[in-house]
Amino acid sequence: MNTTPVEEVHATQNQLRKAARTVRKHALEMVHHSRLGHPGGDLSCTDILVTLYLAVMRIDPRNPTQPDRDRFIMSKGHCSAALYATLAAATILEAAELKTFMDPLSKLNGHPDRNKVAGVEANTGPLGHGLPIAAGCALAAKMQGSSWRTFVLAGDGELQEGSNWEAAMCAAQYKLDNLVLIVDRNRIQQGDFTESIINMNPLGDKWRAFGWSVVEVDGHDYGQLLHSLGSVPVAPGKPTCVIANTIKGRGVSFMENKPEWHHGVPSDRQLAAAIQELMKDEA
Amino acid sequence: MSAEAEEKAGVFDCRDTFAATLAEMAATDERICAVVNDSVGSTKLKAFSVRYPKRFVNVGIAEQNMVGASAGLANGGMIPFCCGASCFLTARSMEQVKVDLGYAKNNVKLCGMSSGMAYGELGPTHHSIEDLAWTRVIPNLMVVVPADPIETRTAMLWARDHVGPVFLRISRMPVPKILPEDFVFEPGKAIALRPGNDVALLANGILVSRALEAAGLLHAQGIEARVLNMSSMAPIDRAAVVAAAKETRGIVTIEEASVYGGLGGAVAEIVADEHPTRVKRLGVPGVFAPTGSVKFLLEHFGLTAQGIQSAALELLRTVAAG
Repeated sequence: MNTTPVEEVHATQNQLRKAARTVRKHALEMVHHSRLGHPGGDLSCTDILVTLYLAVMRIDPRNPTQPDRDRFIMSKGHCSAALYATLAAATILEAAELKTFMDPLSKLNGHPDRNKVAGVEANTGPLGHGLPIAAGCALAAKMQGSSWRTFVLAGDGELQEGSNWEAAMCAAQYKLDNLVLIVDRNRIQQGDFTESIINMNPLGDKWRAFGWSVVEVDGHDYGQLLHSLGSVPVAPGKPTCVIANTIKGRGVSFMENKPEWHHGVPSDRQLAAAIQELMKDEA
Repeated sequence: MSAEAEEKAGVFDCRDTFAATLAEMAATDERICAVVNDSVGSTKLKAFSVRYPKRFVNVGIAEQNMVGASAGLANGGMIPFCCGASCFLTARSMEQVKVDLGYAKNNVKLCGMSSGMAYGELGPTHHSIEDLAWTRVIPNLMVVVPADPIETRTAMLWARDHVGPVFLRISRMPVPKILPEDFVFEPGKAIALRPGNDVALLANGILVSRALEAAGLLHAQGIEARVLNMSSMAPIDRAAVVAAAKETRGIVTIEEASVYGGLGGAVAEIVADEHPTRVKRLGVPGVFAPTGSVKFLLEHFGLTAQGIQSAALELLRTVAAG
């Protein structure tokens, strides 16, 4: 089939939109099922996750531990529901497993465990662990002269952890242009808006000052995500930071931009309303 | 003391063996790499960094990133030896050690250099007497405290081949060779260095040679002390500890570490579980050490051959008094 690049991107965007609806629905059902979770962040990072897994990363769903796969490190491990649902969308994880989220002895712990779930690269949950691990992955690829890339997704509040800035200096020093940090910039952390707790601004300038290339995108715009994530490194010899401006609770109007939905659990009625709103555009 | 002078005196800095062994392994295995925190000199890895510049990562003074990046290197198929002064390597990065290494089972070899009170006069900020208590409670993390250069080398070769995280506690204070040249380290196995059924001396690291010396002093008094090198702290040889509890009148534990949570703690847990007996724990007794050289501090805390001898005699008197 002959397609122009524009049509190809358009088609991909439609697939991503459809997959993201399912991931958001699954994530909310999982949080509702376990009565635990972090739905606000699940919904803010969903479009980033599906873009990575379904359109950007080189990973074989039948062999997700192949040595030369691209790595994805979910540093904001508390948004495990979105990660598991995305792994299911990418057919790396059986969709039926999602119904066991946080059940006794389930593989799907509240925070991901790489020894239990194929496709999970790091055990995260405590914040500020992902970027150092990702820097190490990128260093390994450089040492081996391999072309696989490492993507890491961190929350914006998470950047208050000092370990990120240790890794930021290291990644610039070692010219890790095979490393891409995506910041889920939803401006809300557990207790309040990030700027009310520790002001993160000017966030882009911080990363530039640390020697990184910085791109700012709308984290819910597939075109912008595909373009930015598909054209890294932005500058040879520099790691890339994609600041993805997002809305916490994206897609469910009563959850959007509300700190209480950081780890709020929807009632039966709220879940039904949320799913109805999410799926209303399903053709 | 220079390496030559030490050899002449019959003692060896295990860091020299460490550096030589790492280079030897790197020559035949491209997965071997070193990660340091600006600790090139104190880890004695200058020659390694020149010979294998691509496999030498200096993350600067940043221990959380050092351990996290090592986990990432392992994820990418490398075998990183993550080396720094034990006081900073463990305390500063404990959550990364727990989560990124122990819980995630990443194939990283943590090398805590200049452990115990090696930095003597620099003070308690630079002492690492808590590291054994902290590391041995972490599941999947193997903890090894070599007693001499021979055990340092064989433990490193084992660590390379073991798939999973290991903490190697490498001392700085020169020690004599204790083990035969062909000794091969086995995890979870206490090494019987001297038989005896009156009292048992269980030691690790630089204090094993002193425990042996103490056994010689006790022998002169007609007391036969069993000496066990407890280099494998996790897993620990429970059977050897239980046998010592059953077959002798009491156990003295000897370590360059806090008496809480390390070898003394581990032995006390085992005998409490399986065969209660009298245990005297020698080490740093729950205090920050005063100012002084490592030689002074070991004497101050009774961690000498004479100190161990006295502790054993006191233990036997206590047992005899019922």
